[in-house]
Amino acid sequence: MKVTLNGQSAELPEGARVSDAIAHLAPTPPFAVAVNLQFIPQSAWASQPLRAGDQIEIIAPVTGG
Amino acid sequence: MSHPASPDDALVLYGEHFSSRLLLGTSRYPSPAILQAAVARARPAMLTASLRRQGAKPDSGRGFWQLLQQMGCRVLPNTAGCRSAQEAITTAQMAREVFATPWIKLEVIGDDYTLQPDTLQLVDAAHALVEDGFKVLPYCTEDLVVCQRLVDAGCQAVMPWAAPIGTGHGPVNPHGLRLLRERLAVPMLVDAGLGLPSHACQVMEWGFDGVLLNTAVALATDPAQMAGAFADAVQAGRAAFLAGAMQPQKSAQASTPVLGTPFWHQGSGAGA
Repeated sequence: MKVTLNGQSAELPEGARVSDAIAHLAPTPPFAVAVNLQFIPQSAWASQPLRAGDQIEIIAPVTGG
Repeated sequence: MSHPASPDDALVLYGEHFSSRLLLGTSRYPSPAILQAAVARARPAMLTASLRRQGAKPDSGRGFWQLLQQMGCRVLPNTAGCRSAQEAITTAQMAREVFATPWIKLEVIGDDYTLQPDTLQLVDAAHALVEDGFKVLPYCTEDLVVCQRLVDAGCQAVMPWAAPIGTGHGPVNPHGLRLLRERLAVPMLVDAGLGLPSHACQVMEWGFDGVLLNTAVALATDPAQMAGAFADAVQAGRAAFLAGAMQPQKSAQASTPVLGTPFWHQGSGAGA
């Protein structure tokens, strides 16, 4: 199924969970995840299912003012 | 080198005591080493940081994270770039998990040109985040009623701007800022638009509790030296506020005693 991962189209297997999206991007810790503008805590990464069309954001620390 | 603040004059935010009244941003420095040197000189109460998509910036990932750990300063994550209450709420929740802190500098931007806060969305987001246990420091305008609404929402401090972010203009509405300081009793930090240590000193003289700045230090020719200058200015302004300034007079008042002036009424004028 097609999802949007950090603004880019990505293909994930049917039944994929948030942890699969993370594995697809392979981000460097620490990072946090939101799906469709809802925060997904780390404790739910392995159980939270994804659906076609989901918008996934994986964000990490950067400098800021 | 700046002197440590008096322990009995700590900045108190959400019941926590801070020895410094300067908060410093971490962006736009020429290098991580220069950022580190600036932090060492400023000794800020908190360092601001943000969150972006992985790989969206060259300093994303472990490099900046490791530097933050090394500097050992309390981190104040921001919600920079958010344009709705929901975006800011979600970003704050993500920041709480990544940085392991309930502190959040709440930003909701309403205009791309001025980066002026969307105050209506800001109040909504502040209410939700306070309810969720965050220690919210909202970046806002100097609008008295907006600041009152933020306090009503549970914010125990507010952060009005001096001028648009990154301009370095200093306080563009001194009257509004001073009126706000007089009308509300909560801690207030002036955030954004400061360009010179004298700007920081001035708002501290007016009774503001602290300042948050970034660009004025990061874009200085010598950021570390400028960081020290701002730290000194903040302390000088605070000391001046506590000392109580004289009231301006309408006409000249001789500082030297007049009684016993030699040549009285024989010369052409009186001295200062």
